[in-house]
Amino acid sequence: MVAAAVDHGAENRAAGGRQSEAIWAVLEAVPDPEIPVVSVVDLGIVREVDAQSGRVVLTPTYTGCPATLVIENMVRGALDEAGFVDVRIETTLSPPWTTDWISDVGKRKLRDYGIAPPRGRGERSVECPQCGSAETQEISRFGSTPCKALWRCCSCAEPFDLFKCH
Amino acid sequence: MPSLPPIRPEDEVRARERRGTGAFDAPAADEPDLSLFEYALRLGDDSLILGQRLAEWTGHAPSVEVDLSLANMALDLVGQATHFLNYAGAVEGRGRDGDQLAFHRDVLDFRNCLLVEQPNGDFAQTMARQFLFSTWQKMLFDHLTRSKDEMVAAVAAKAVKEVSYHEELSAEWVIRLGDGTEESRQRMQDGFDWNWRFVPELFDMDELAREAAMRGIGADLTILRDVYHAKVRSVVEEATLVLPSDQRPILGGRRGHHSEHLGHLLCVMQFLPRTYPDATW
Repeated sequence: MVAAAVDHGAENRAAGGRQSEAIWAVLEAVPDPEIPVVSVVDLGIVREVDAQSGRVVLTPTYTGCPATLVIENMVRGALDEAGFVDVRIETTLSPPWTTDWISDVGKRKLRDYGIAPPRGRGERSVECPQCGSAETQEISRFGSTPCKALWRCCSCAEPFDLFKCH
Repeated sequence: MPSLPPIRPEDEVRARERRGTGAFDAPAADEPDLSLFEYALRLGDDSLILGQRLAEWTGHAPSVEVDLSLANMALDLVGQATHFLNYAGAVEGRGRDGDQLAFHRDVLDFRNCLLVEQPNGDFAQTMARQFLFSTWQKMLFDHLTRSKDEMVAAVAAKAVKEVSYHEELSAEWVIRLGDGTEESRQRMQDGFDWNWRFVPELFDMDELAREAAMRGIGADLTILRDVYHAKVRSVVEEATLVLPSDQRPILGGRRGHHSEHLGHLLCVMQFLPRTYPDATW
């Protein structure tokens, strides 16, 4: 399977008009319910904003992610509050979300929050988000949510979450 | 006021042909694609039932990390089931959604394979079942990413990344327990002895599976079988285990002929929405 690394969300944003930009700004203030330091835009799950036809397209991170519905409700609330009551929310499964779509800002926010951001392609080591050491090891393939694995730092002995490459 | 539409000669012909169906009053709706409905049900039911089985471990696993792994895999599977069953409901066109299909069907209407409904047993038996299933599901979904049905392809592409995790994790446990202590090895061997007889069903190409493959919606499972067996064999050998000898295949799940275990599983899974039909989150 070819990894869909092209971020059409970012491309789409660059192409939008002023009205679309206003909607993007609203979405930037909607936090992910499980990792509230990053917004839904940082996470790359906003795939399209089309002010002309009045729609916002979201994609789920994981198939069974229970936050999907919550996110939709939060986006709805934020759009309504900003006066975009006529903007529809649609969801799409294809192309499937990948951690490549998490923005650099999003990755920095994750690290500051204590979650190691997903590794880039070909990157093997994981840096401890607390002390920066690369002496780390996996404790469990699955962590507190489907998108995270449990790791520990061998230098500072702190356990931490790693956002899994997906 | 517009008058009633005129009755055309072809309307009269159709009314005579379809007496008693109300066809005279309404133009015949497009017939639902029942093969696609059934195919989506099979995919959805496999994921749903195994997801429910894994969820039974929550709070009971050997360690907290394993507990999290099993619950997360269950979540992935239930997520797949939600997509496939919602889609099946939409294709059927009778107003049933994924929840209706999951909670308001009885044993005979479930289309999952027999492997996924097998009891958890001990942790080794659960991992043997998971390894045998996830290895198959990974190959199947890889194939289905090229399905001519857009929705099937989209769900498969979404889920295949998650399923690779399931396959890796269960293979690691098969090796760790198989190539472990005398007791862990015996338990892992028992796990394979229990589950192995349900593997042939995974590759059974009945009429519906053949039709789905021919239309480019489903996969031709026969071409996956050799690769599957080679994969399983290499892990089992590394785990110093022995595959049981092939037995007479046990089939029937795809036609609703299930083992006694499924009914018990459904009792628990369906209890709440059947007892409190209007309950919502």
